Amino acid sequence: MSSKASLQRTGDSAFKRMDHVSSELFTLTYGSLVLQLIEDFEDYAEVNNQLERMGNNIGQRLIEEFLAKSRVSKCGDFAETCEVIALVGFRMFLGVTGTVSQSAKEPHVCHITLASNPLLDFVELPDEAKGVLQYSNILVGVLKGALEMVQMRVDVEVVHDPLVGDEATELKLTLLEIINDEPPPDDE
Amino acid sequence: MPIFSFYIINKAGGLIYQKDFEDYKANKLMVNEHLRLGGFFHGIHAIAAQVAPVAGSSGVEEIEASTVKLRCFQALTGTKFFVTASPSQASLDVFLSQVYEYYADFVLKNPFYELEQPIQGCDKFVAHLDALVASLSA
Repeated sequence: MSSKASLQRTGDSAFKRMDHVSSELFTLTYGSLVLQLIEDFEDYAEVNNQLERMGNNIGQRLIEEFLAKSRVSKCGDFAETCEVIALVGFRMFLGVTGTVSQSAKEPHVCHITLASNPLLDFVELPDEAKGVLQYSNILVGVLKGALEMVQMRVDVEVVHDPLVGDEATELKLTLLEIINDEPPPDDE
Repeated sequence: MPIFSFYIINKAGGLIYQKDFEDYKANKLMVNEHLRLGGFFHGIHAIAAQVAPVAGSSGVEEIEASTVKLRCFQALTGTKFFVTASPSQASLDVFLSQVYEYYADFVLKNPFYELEQPIQGCDKFVAHLDALVASLSA
């Protein structure tokens, strides 16, 4: 298993190889996307769904870029996968790194904490949206879509969100199953 | 040191991209034959991983004959890239990982490309692929 320091280096070098855009442009573009969805659907729960769906489609494609440009090798276990996401994946695509916490009792659950979340830079939620709109829900979709392409079905949840007063963005990843696409041995 | 032909196979074994290059002169295959070859290689790759004498084999990486060699790269998502070239052609693995980057950039980021479907109309991808092959053949 690769050490944290070497993953950090991988993340940094991958970040350098990427094309960059102004984070302000990115934040504002995402903001107007969310706002447009709210105008179109007039229902926060549906906006959450739409964001997750978009994220899913992004993730399914993004994973190949991630693998091609980061040159990471196969992960040994789910905890390592989460470290790679936090230190290499987030670094490559959002320019930030996350910290992973996991309890020994639950090896299939990982929490990734993002001290800074570029999606939220200028955002303040109106009161009626608090607790209903998951503003960062696109991340949920991206992670689900990307991991599904590498044979992992996971559930992702935003458990802490600075927009409702928490300190940092925290994502909870639960590994549901490893998809085995090989047929069973007795399959004729 | 020519490169003959390049293939991309999706995770289900379907050929999604194929191109012959200038140096490929001997009996050219028809479209259907290319499709069959792609599916056939997908099968060999899977069987090789199963019958390998060691556990956790990643399948066929290279097949070499006196006049041709085939180099394969399988991404962790199951998409396979393989190339046929003359046996003296070096650094095909570098070639394939570079093409993988082009695939991620110019095919998958094209909003009109549908996942797992044949790659059509991705001109930038083809242009980069051609340039890469030309730089290797030179």
